[in-house]
Amino acid sequence: MARAALLGRLAWQVGEVTDLVPETPKVSSLVIDVPHWPGHLAGQHVDVRLTAEDGYQAQRSYSIASAPEDPRVSITVERLDDGEVSPYLVGEVKVGDRIELRGPIGGYFVWRAADPRPALFIAGGSGVVPLMAMLRHRRAAGAATPVKLLFSSRSYEDVIYREELDQLGAGDHAPAVIHTLTRSQPAGWRGYKRRIDAAMIDEVAWPKQQQPQAFICGPTPMVESAANLLVAAGYDPAWIKTERFGATGG
Amino acid sequence: MQQSDLKVDGNAIGGLLREIFTMEMTTAETTCAGCGKVHAVGRVDVYMNAPGAVVRCPACDNVLMRIVQGRGRYWLDLTGIRCLEFSEQT
Repeated sequence: MARAALLGRLAWQVGEVTDLVPETPKVSSLVIDVPHWPGHLAGQHVDVRLTAEDGYQAQRSYSIASAPEDPRVSITVERLDDGEVSPYLVGEVKVGDRIELRGPIGGYFVWRAADPRPALFIAGGSGVVPLMAMLRHRRAAGAATPVKLLFSSRSYEDVIYREELDQLGAGDHAPAVIHTLTRSQPAGWRGYKRRIDAAMIDEVAWPKQQQPQAFICGPTPMVESAANLLVAAGYDPAWIKTERFGATGG
Repeated sequence: MQQSDLKVDGNAIGGLLREIFTMEMTTAETTCAGCGKVHAVGRVDVYMNAPGAVVRCPACDNVLMRIVQGRGRYWLDLTGIRCLEFSEQT
């Protein structure tokens, strides 16, 4: 009988920050070189642990933004002003600093480019991060799987990865990138201007007859609302995978 | 994902569960002892504001699992789970 593949205990590792990329006024990406990184899947996350001089520790989970094909581990962090960890990661950390992390973690909210089913990605704010890993994975793998991203942000300035998404959305076999800006829009904005609703899902989502799959990530109320809208549109709940990160962050 | 506070989901305890189990557990399936519904661990509700993690069934809100860690020990209460099923493959 085949023995189960035991992973062993997940160990903390130390990585070195090799690059910092400002994404929006409140959001930055950290590129981290992790020696002996075992590789990851698109959608997985890492736990990051900070230790204060007095020994106090705070730990948070962050989705990996880089593609599995990329040897570096990149995370994208939104600064939450009352947070314990994000104000350090966005604003204080410098290139060359060392960060304690463990991973990759998770297997539920994972997409593989070889999966032929049409995929609908729905993101709210920094919920776009694991979906960006999936889009980067799709590009790196040269996959032509039909993919759409419906991305809800507060304003144009708050759109994380805006330029890269513009580039990703152009060209042959490109994923469709559809934005909605819920609070303010630049002059001449022709995209959606409201929270995700049934009419938007009706216009954007793959028809249920195609038996698509959906990945939704964002603040809890937005994710639950979008998942309910998809079920109301005829999606089987088993086609929908969600990742929720609490009341804030969108 | 960027974990912030209060109600999140089972993806957020993937790392904690990997301290206890040798397998990737967010794809494991829990059968609720209260209502009998089956959910992937990644799909269940998790409250991180308690001293530890409280895991609830998204269908009936029954407490599935409580995990507390401190003073070098773990306390793992699984009375709300009738069955925890997971793959040999990781």
